[in-house]
Amino acid sequence: MSLLDALVRRGAALTTPFLPDDYLSLLNPLWSTREIRARVLQIRPEAAGSATLELEPGIGWLGHLPGQYLGLGVDIDGVRHWRSYSLTSPDRVTVTVKAMGLVSNHLVRRTPVGTVVRLRAAAGDFVFPPTPTPTLFLTAGSGVTPAMGMLRGLVVRGPLPDVTHLHSALTRDEVLFGEELRQLDRTSPNYRLLERHTDTDGLLAMDHLDELVPDWRDRETFACGPAGLLDAIEQHWAAAGLTSRLHVERFASAIAGTGSGGQVTFARSRATADTTTDTTTTLLSAGEAAGVLMPSGCRMGICFGCVVPLLSGQVRNVRTGDVHGEPGDLVQTCLSTPAGACSLDV
Amino acid sequence: MTTAPTIHPALRQLSDADIEAIGRELDAIRDGVIADRGESDAAYIRKVIRVHRQLEAAARGTLLASLFPPAWLAGTTLLSVAKILENMELGHNILHGQWDWMRDPEIHSTTWDWDHATPAEDWKHSHNYLHHTFTNIVGKDRDLGYSALRMSEDQPWKPYHLGQLGINALLSLLFEYGIALYDIELEKLSTGEMSVREAGGRLGKLWKKVRPQLVKDFVVWPLLSGPSAATTLTANLTANLVRNVWTHTVIFCGHFPDGVEQFTQEQTENETRGGWYVRQLLGSANLEGSELFHVMTGRLSFQIEHHLFPDLPSNRYGEISPKVQDLCKRYDLPYTTGRLSKQYLTVLRRIARLSLPSGPTSEKETQHPVQTNKPQAA
Repeated sequence: MSLLDALVRRGAALTTPFLPDDYLSLLNPLWSTREIRARVLQIRPEAAGSATLELEPGIGWLGHLPGQYLGLGVDIDGVRHWRSYSLTSPDRVTVTVKAMGLVSNHLVRRTPVGTVVRLRAAAGDFVFPPTPTPTLFLTAGSGVTPAMGMLRGLVVRGPLPDVTHLHSALTRDEVLFGEELRQLDRTSPNYRLLERHTDTDGLLAMDHLDELVPDWRDRETFACGPAGLLDAIEQHWAAAGLTSRLHVERFASAIAGTGSGGQVTFARSRATADTTTDTTTTLLSAGEAAGVLMPSGCRMGICFGCVVPLLSGQVRNVRTGDVHGEPGDLVQTCLSTPAGACSLDV
Repeated sequence: MTTAPTIHPALRQLSDADIEAIGRELDAIRDGVIADRGESDAAYIRKVIRVHRQLEAAARGTLLASLFPPAWLAGTTLLSVAKILENMELGHNILHGQWDWMRDPEIHSTTWDWDHATPAEDWKHSHNYLHHTFTNIVGKDRDLGYSALRMSEDQPWKPYHLGQLGINALLSLLFEYGIALYDIELEKLSTGEMSVREAGGRLGKLWKKVRPQLVKDFVVWPLLSGPSAATTLTANLTANLVRNVWTHTVIFCGHFPDGVEQFTQEQTENETRGGWYVRQLLGSANLEGSELFHVMTGRLSFQIEHHLFPDLPSNRYGEISPKVQDLCKRYDLPYTTGRLSKQYLTVLRRIARLSLPSGPTSEKETQHPVQTNKPQAA
């Protein structure tokens, strides 16, 4: 990168106020040093209204560890939207997206192969420990995606450690990667798949655990799924004094909707937004809707890519319900709603 | 408006209710565009960006052989067009925030930079805020014309105004530097509003912006051209001058042709949003021409629509123009428009006329009747 940076700096004498890559990207749109771009190489349909997108990343992509997620930026109706998706391959850049909302539907159903999307670097500490350990994957629905990334990584790395995988889905057909997981269960003695089809079996409760996975206390556990399940898992592990052996990946923050809303001023952008009638709107969403170039990242309170200094007023953290606000406080805009009128330095 | 001591003559037929109704109608036009903007608009601005880069790359490449006269001519033409596109349809409009809704950090008013002497940050203040807010209010609009030249009877005459046709020609050639220096407001040095230290800081910032652009056009590219160094230098100089003259001409046709109204500060006291809209309507003038012409003016050929809605995507001004004209017709408001040559001629006439000392204003204003609406050919 440093050689590239040096070249870009030299070359900028020819192109100022633009950068050489502004011109070079005429030849290849993936040549940008300011943002990571990627081309959609392939879209494969998966179970349950999902699809796997394989991406060819351009300059600046530094790779990832199985289990991590990336930020994916896609333009819908001319407007850029960012979401985080778990990476599902150890060596290639693939994400598996379940069509549920605006962005996922667009990615699954209306994205042509060849589309150029934007990426943010892989992040997240939901990754496998360096030494093989007996493992429990506790997943539900599309929460299987980071586990899939890890499993595939473990298979490539070999030999597979002792893995039990308890996965919940509505029905057998709804199991994402169902065939691949069942195949692995048949061929690998170290991998055991326990499917729970909640339409017929009911939701997984923690008191089933001793029966389903008697040795769960001895395993490094990786859990990903709906917030309700993860909350139950966290409590159960905490009660057993095993919190340190539990790794949880949450896809979206549970927006509590407790904010009182208010008038938000984005001082440097000279823009305002009013969330008094829609108190669940985060500062990040309000700013984006007002046309402010809000910094953002994972959009779920993990990466701190969206942090902006507060100038005045107070904000509410939607996870904890805490209201805070001293001028100069750094606010995680993806996780905060205004608590009355407030002003941000962005 | 009624509480203002003076009412602008062109507004006398309008009641307060009329002015508010005009405001509501214009708000509705704006809302219609915002609700409809989307993928095709995004595709439009990306296409202009791509075309600009292709033109510039082709121009710079061609000029490497500028010793060969046809290459000089072709390269200079391409570079002039590229620079005009970059300043007008890209820089001016992106810095207005017309494309911020896309949330693309590469096409955003807070990150965009342009091949112009004025730093983008300063431009957003002096142009977007001061000029667009106080349009054609003599004494408040910091549009360059009002300070280097005498463009209104309300400005006191000074002997140097005798030469203002010449000043205008010079300004036209060096337009970007004129704007940049003017934005530094060096005149505040004499009144003590600005310290020498602050003035030095502002000049330093300007130099930091200008220097790499000068080095690019007058050192690096000529040196790269080897035996064609001298001719590449003259080509780059020509392209900069062409761009300056073109932008100056278009911009002066936006607010100074005959039929455009000027306002005093008293006339705009207690101005409502509706009143602001009407002042923008009366204080701006359009230019007629082909689609290509409109693009090359950065759609400042739709100066009226641009001043009503400075942050709507420029590619939409053409389609809302008939609605604005219809509104003007119904309220008996002028909608000033004409071809570039005709409009610029009236600007030059005004510069010539006002280079001589001339009488007071208000009688004169009421003498010439409000120009009737002349609908633009569709």
